[in-house]
Amino acid sequence: MPELLKIKNLQAEIDGKKILHGLDLQINTGEIHAVMGRNGSGKSTFSNTLMGHPAYKISSGEINFNGTVINDLKPNERAKLGLFLGFQYPLSIPGVTVASFLRQAHKALKGDTASPRDFRKLLYEKMDDLEIEHAFATRYINDGFSGGEKKRMEILQMAMLEPKLAVLDEPDSGLDIDSLKLVAQSINKYKEKNPQLGVLLITHYQRILDYLRPDKVHVFIDGNIVESGGPELAVELEKKGYDWLAEKEAAKA
Amino acid sequence: MALELNNEYQYGFHDSEENYAFKSVRGLTKEIVLSISKMKNEPLWMREFRLKALEIFYKKPMPKWGDTELLNEIDFENIFYYVKSSEKQEKSWEDVPKEIKNTFDRLGIPEAERKFLAGVSAQYESEVVYHSLREDLKKLGVIFLDMDSGLREYPDIVKKYFATIVPPEDNKFAALNSAVWSGGSFIYIPPGTNVEIPLQAYFRINTENMGQFERTLIIADEGSSVHYIEGCTAPTYSSDSLHSAVVELIALKNAKIRYTTIQNWSKNVYNLVTKRAVAHEGAVVEWLDGNMGSKLTMKYPSIYLVGERAHGEVVSVALASGSDQHQDAGAKIIHIASNTTSVITSKSISRNGGRASYRGLLKVHKGAKNVKSTVKCDALMLDEISRSDTYPTMEISEKCVQVEHEATVSKIEDEKLFYLMSRGLSEEQAKLMIVNGFMEPFVKELPMEYAVELNRLIELEMEGSIG
Ligand SMILES: Nc1ncnc2c1ncn2[C@@H]1O[C@H](COP(=O)(O)OP(=O)(O)O)[C@@H](O)[C@H]1O
Ligand SMILES: [Mg+2]
Repeated sequence: MPELLKIKNLQAEIDGKKILHGLDLQINTGEIHAVMGRNGSGKSTFSNTLMGHPAYKISSGEINFNGTVINDLKPNERAKLGLFLGFQYPLSIPGVTVASFLRQAHKALKGDTASPRDFRKLLYEKMDDLEIEHAFATRYINDGFSGGEKKRMEILQMAMLEPKLAVLDEPDSGLDIDSLKLVAQSINKYKEKNPQLGVLLITHYQRILDYLRPDKVHVFIDGNIVESGGPELAVELEKKGYDWLAEKEAAKA
Repeated sequence: MALELNNEYQYGFHDSEENYAFKSVRGLTKEIVLSISKMKNEPLWMREFRLKALEIFYKKPMPKWGDTELLNEIDFENIFYYVKSSEKQEKSWEDVPKEIKNTFDRLGIPEAERKFLAGVSAQYESEVVYHSLREDLKKLGVIFLDMDSGLREYPDIVKKYFATIVPPEDNKFAALNSAVWSGGSFIYIPPGTNVEIPLQAYFRINTENMGQFERTLIIADEGSSVHYIEGCTAPTYSSDSLHSAVVELIALKNAKIRYTTIQNWSKNVYNLVTKRAVAHEGAVVEWLDGNMGSKLTMKYPSIYLVGERAHGEVVSVALASGSDQHQDAGAKIIHIASNTTSVITSKSISRNGGRASYRGLLKVHKGAKNVKSTVKCDALMLDEISRSDTYPTMEISEKCVQVEHEATVSKIEDEKLFYLMSRGLSEEQAKLMIVNGFMEPFVKELPMEYAVELNRLIELEMEGSIG
């Protein structure tokens, strides 16, 4: 499988505070990687840095996405190359409907000229796939949405924009077990239809991995990957917690 | 101006039927007022009304609120108070500022309409459209005329209602308008009549649409309804620096009036407008007011809820763009009767050093029981150098009143930009999307063609606002 994402020695900071300490990671086309870590370990810093959030500065290292070094690209340029970020905290944009937003994003990324009617048809198809009610198309983006609805709308956006790599930042956080299942099923459904899609799934809990079988699991502590393994690593973490790895790290230092 | 109708009208200079020997002079004198009245061949009561108003204008001080600094810059001695159409036509296309011409270009305004908007052509007409409209309205008994013709043809109705809502004593600019008014619309809707299509100011014939001192009077008789639209999104160039209109609306029992205005004056214009409505029992009055352009706009559409169960609503949007621009706009609602309700929604955007102020009054008279009101004003500032202020006033003299008031001032947050950009939108597109979303509560109330135009205009305004 060809390389999709290759990160070498990535160091990043925010407000002069160093958060990522020399991270290496490689994801190939079609693979699902899970990054697991405690709150505050730097997972969102990592996802924001990948997508090009202007507040996060790369102080050294390289992000190579599908053959292009994207360190200096704007978020929209990265999106155009096929990178997608599902936000941990999706933002609401009052007054802008989901449909008009997605139409413009679709146009920007795919340069298409689908008529409003054809676009709506496509949108409804994707909504049907993910069992999202059509009524959401005319609602304002994330305005008054429940936690679960927001997360599922992120998956809908992914399905509409058809990225090569989807970075999903805690799609499971703050959800009850039923919502979690719905979100996981949405991701699965889309992934089944699009086996080429690479997924970087960032999560705090092991539970979502019951639904989404990762090829690789990485453990994130203090802004770096300290351990990598297969799906069994997630199970081990669930049993033992993060402490043993943190101690192991501390011993190394 | 609905762009869709572009190819349906022709324009042309109108031969003046009247041939008065009148030479406009600067400054305001009794002689000027008398000659305006004479030229219009007005009844005696109107002439006296004008003269009385002139006295009031002389005596009244400038408002001591609003942008007093800019107001005091107005030089009343250096203004033409009445310019006949024939004189107006002498202005040439070459005099129209380049930036206005450019905007016409980019908005795709056709040649004919440009000249009209630029004040080069005094009027333009849609004989065909207007004619059939007039026939339909006539069958319904609807009167839709310019104010001058209204006074000539329906002196009794005009006399009964004229200046009953905005008397000349109200403020200096209302007095000024009362003394020198010309043009504007006169509309009367008979009882029980629902006018389905919006009445648009520019269908009026033989009048100065963009008059300096317009006077509009709308009476919706019992159980009738009407939607009136004036203005357009394209920039309106005027060499007259002072525009001061008066609008009076009267919604009788169970009647409904919606009044939509979109104004985009050139940057030399003071736009000081007194708009006021009275809603009788069970009546509904809605002001939709969009303000762009001008140097200083001061405009606070008001509604007096004088009958039980009357409802008043003001939705306004102001865009202040550039350090030479101040939009001081808002709303006033006065609850006089019981069980009356009101909603004020105000949205302002300031950018490039522009200044937007919200000034509002919510008043509940003693004895007005069970009143409900919601006031929501949101300001969006697009950069650090712009300014936004709110001056809300509440005078509530009753206990049993339910008032909600909410005011927000926001900036375009980096997180939102990042969110939208991560979906492929450029920074400019992302900002525009947030601004459009902000304006949506106003835009969604507009007829389609106006909404499209307004969005396009905002897009133009926003261009180059980055970096
Ligand atoms: N905008 C910010 N300014 C300063 N520190 C930040 C900012 N965002 C995150 N951090 C810090 O970076 C560290 C990692 O946070 P984050 O990446 O959100 O972790 P996670 O997503 O794993 O919970 C935390 O110590 C947090 O306080
Ligand atoms: Mg996080």
